[in-house]
Amino acid sequence: MNITVAGIRKQVPADTTIADLIVSEGVETPEYVTVSVNDDFAEQSAFATTALREGDSVEFLYFMGGGKLDIRF
Amino acid sequence: MAFTNEQLERYSRHILLKEVGAKGQRRLCNGKVLILGAGGLGAPAALYLAAAGVGTIGIADADVVDLSNLQRQIIHSTPDIGHPKVQSAKETMQSINPEVNVVTYHTFVTADNVMDIIADYDFIIDGTDNFPAKFLINDACVLAGKAFSHAGILRFGGQLLTYVPGEGPCYRCVFKEPPPPEAVPTCRQAGVIGAMGGVIGSLQAMEAVKFLLGKGDLLTSALLTYDALKMEFRKIKVPHRASCAVCGDHPTIDKPFDYDQAVCDLDARH
Ligand SMILES: [Zn+2]
Repeated sequence: MNITVAGIRKQVPADTTIADLIVSEGVETPEYVTVSVNDDFAEQSAFATTALREGDSVEFLYFMGGGKLDIRF
Repeated sequence: MAFTNEQLERYSRHILLKEVGAKGQRRLCNGKVLILGAGGLGAPAALYLAAAGVGTIGIADADVVDLSNLQRQIIHSTPDIGHPKVQSAKETMQSINPEVNVVTYHTFVTADNVMDIIADYDFIIDGTDNFPAKFLINDACVLAGKAFSHAGILRFGGQLLTYVPGEGPCYRCVFKEPPPPEAVPTCRQAGVIGAMGGVIGSLQAMEAVKFLLGKGDLLTSALLTYDALKMEFRKIKVPHRASCAVCGDHPTIDKPFDYDQAVCDLDARH
C-alpha cells in the first residue's frame, strides 16, 4: 500500500504497523519519538498494534535541544 | 509619543512597510520580550530584537562566556571570555541600539523564580539547551497565559513552535515529558552548525516581532523543521492534545516544577 512518511510517498507492505515503520525508517531513539498519523498523535503504547492504512500520512517528531550549550571535548 | 528624526531614520526600513508603519514601530518600541539563554539561539534573537527597537528586552543566563561559545553565539566576542553572558549581551545590544532597555538576569531560571521573571513580558523566547528547562518554560508560560517561542537545534537540524494561549498546542502537547538524561542526542555530544542558531534564533525573533505587531500568522499549530543538509523546511501540523498535563482538559500541573534530572537551569554543562 502507499503511505506518506515525512512528506514522501512510499510503498510499504499491507498491515504495516507504526512500530514496523519505526524499524524500517531507522528512527533514532524510537522510545522518545512523537508520532502523528494524519495530523493526530498516536500513543506510544499503541505503536505495535496500530496498522497503517492506504493513504495515511505519518510524521516523526524528534526531541531537539537548544541553542545555549557548550561543546566540550 | 512622536518619533525623533533619528528614530525615523533608524527605523525607516520598518516604517516603510505597510504592515508596520509608524504605528507598528511604536508597538515594537513599547514591546517587552524576554530571552531565556544568551546562547546559540538567544544571541541572534537578541541582536535582531535590539536592532528592531523592541523597547524592553530581558535576557537571562547564569553562565560566563567560554571560548567554545564563540563558534555560534555571535553576541559575544573574544574579549568577553570569562565575563557573564548577560553583561556581554547587554553591551552588544546597547551598542547596536542605545535606546533599548536591556534587563539582565544573571541567574539560573528555576520553578522558584520563573513566574516572577516572565511576569513583565509580552513574549518569551526559549533559547535554552536542555529539556527540563524547556518543559519548565513551557509550563510557566502556559500557566501565566504568555505567548512563547520554542526552538531546538541539533547537528544540521532545527525546529520551531510558537505557543499562544488558546491557539493550538503547547510544547508538552507534542512531547509530553523530558527524555531521561543522555537518552537523546544533544548538541554537546553530537554538535551543531553555528549558523543553525542564526537561522532558527532569527525565526524566533521574527515570531516575537509579528506577535508585537499583531500581523501575520504565527507558528501556532505546526512544528517547523529545518534540515540544512537537504535544504528543506517543513511545517508539520500538530494538534492540541486534550490529555496534555498542563493545557489539556484536565490539567494536573498547576504550578511550575523542576525535573530532578540534570540541573533545571539554563546550563546543562555541569
Ligand atoms: Zn499542552
